[in-house]
Amino acid sequence: MLWAIASLTFLLFRLMPGDPTLNFLSESFSEEMRLALLISFGLDKPLHEQYGLYMLSLLQGDFGVSFLQKRPVLDILLEALPNTAALTVSALVVAYAFGIIAGAYLAFARGTVVEGIAIPAALITRAAPEFWLGMILLAWLSFGLGIFPASGANTAGSEFTSEWARLTSADFLWHLVLPALTLALYLQGLPLLLMRATMLEVLNDEFIVMARMKGLSRWAIVMRHAARNALLPVATAFALGLGQSFGGNVVIETVFSWPGLGRVLVSAVQGADYPLAQGAFIMIAGVLVLMNMVADLLYAWLDPRVSVGAKR
Amino acid sequence: MQSASTVAARAAKPGSVRRVSGFLRSQPFAFIGIAIYLLFALVAIFADQIATHDPREILFSGAYRVARYLPASATHFLGTTAGGRDVFSQLVHGTRSALTVGVTAAFFVVVLGTLFGLLSGYLGGWVDRLIMRIADVVISLPFLPFVLVISALTRPSTTTLVASVALLLWPNTARVIRSQVLSLRERGWVEAARVTGCSPTRIIFVHIAPQIAPLAALYGSIAVGWAILTEASASFLGFGDPNTISWGLMLQDAFNNQALSRGVWAWFIPPGLCIVSLVLAGFLISRGSEKLLFPKLGD
Repeated sequence: MLWAIASLTFLLFRLMPGDPTLNFLSESFSEEMRLALLISFGLDKPLHEQYGLYMLSLLQGDFGVSFLQKRPVLDILLEALPNTAALTVSALVVAYAFGIIAGAYLAFARGTVVEGIAIPAALITRAAPEFWLGMILLAWLSFGLGIFPASGANTAGSEFTSEWARLTSADFLWHLVLPALTLALYLQGLPLLLMRATMLEVLNDEFIVMARMKGLSRWAIVMRHAARNALLPVATAFALGLGQSFGGNVVIETVFSWPGLGRVLVSAVQGADYPLAQGAFIMIAGVLVLMNMVADLLYAWLDPRVSVGAKR
Repeated sequence: MQSASTVAARAAKPGSVRRVSGFLRSQPFAFIGIAIYLLFALVAIFADQIATHDPREILFSGAYRVARYLPASATHFLGTTAGGRDVFSQLVHGTRSALTVGVTAAFFVVVLGTLFGLLSGYLGGWVDRLIMRIADVVISLPFLPFVLVISALTRPSTTTLVASVALLLWPNTARVIRSQVLSLRERGWVEAARVTGCSPTRIIFVHIAPQIAPLAALYGSIAVGWAILTEASASFLGFGDPNTISWGLMLQDAFNNQALSRGVWAWFIPPGLCIVSLVLAGFLISRGSEKLLFPKLGD
């Protein structure tokens, strides 16, 4: 699977229009210097040789050197990765904690006014473009009320002793609130609707009837018996969501100028910086594939009725 | 065979009309969804009449003074942009590109998905394995990043966007249709068609295809929303067609020209609301028709 995606990526990026060396060249460069540059990036070789080299270096964890920043691609990606990870994980945790509780409650409150308002509201947040939600929050809480910073992950000029110190600093967390909140707002609809639907399904099962006959209160049945079983698909969705958000964060990272993988990808694609764009794309795709696998395994582990081998 | 099916079709018609009208009454959400679609379709058709200004025209207030950031008023219902253009007129014209992108992308998703689903499900064997393998790979591609890379490959245009959305969304439809075909092909009437000597092509497209059409339509209505959201996101990131007027481009324009810090709410709230209502309409219709197609599913 990863091989297929890596090959596809190679093909895609070789098809990109424009001569990448143009970024390096100025008027004073001679034709020989241009050729020397092409050779230094291995762009003079025939396509199948380039492909072989590319696969080999990918296996060694070498993503090449960025055309524009002239640094190893891997370094740039590893700098961006913690920011994206912090944003995605915190948003998902908030979204799923809220979605699970609200979804379970909505199944419990079936047929009430609350349900009539909450379901369309959840659908609306899923229909709204993430960047637009971000723009509203930005205009309201950041520019309007001035509570939160408008862009970046840290106040410019601040220094930290280590990466960990930076990620746990109050400054970073303060910058994180708005983008994470936006993402969480967008993501919570899925766990909410999923939790509600599976809860309603589980509530019809025989063991629930049994619990009811034992005279347990409705709340105890919902929370202690039904919710545990309804969590299965939600847990899988969490793993899948983690993979998808890594790529889907592109727009939110742009709105909040959040220095993550998505923004690296966007600016690299805009600047025709192939190695960097390629590396960012492969990393995003890799996380997605990995999380799909985790979701499969997680499902089989949580629900022994499903075994991985049995699925096709 | 032939005459029996035409008779059945004729007999089914009044019933299906009654079913649809009854469905609209019993499914108020789906009804709202269809109403929203119709409203936007009308706006798109009569955009030239509804718009109060030329959406591209730079307006002036007095000599050499561009009418920028004007507040909402009787002449400019939603004010003007930083470039001195009328927001309301842009909004109205944006309906056209949104509907075009949504409907054409959904059309291709349905065509590709149905075709591959039918072939995969009916033929089985290596065709099935190949198609499903490709579907697996396509599904594990990150959606938006892939669209961005494709748009960068070619000149940013609406065609590229529609093509990349169609290329990425067909596997979901194909999978569902394949599983449906797997069960349909074992039915008696397919067996009968095979025995009477129908070619596989005829069985697939004449006998099985009509049975899965409603399912394909359901996936199409979801694809409309996805395509519109994708177009908006891509345009917002600067990968849209700069020559069209779209809601995504309006939002990009607003974002890049201090609409947020200046608090020009009338500029960036309406395009978003339009996107939300069109996408929501797709959700509502698909939820409603799900109940019509699979009554046993309930809620």
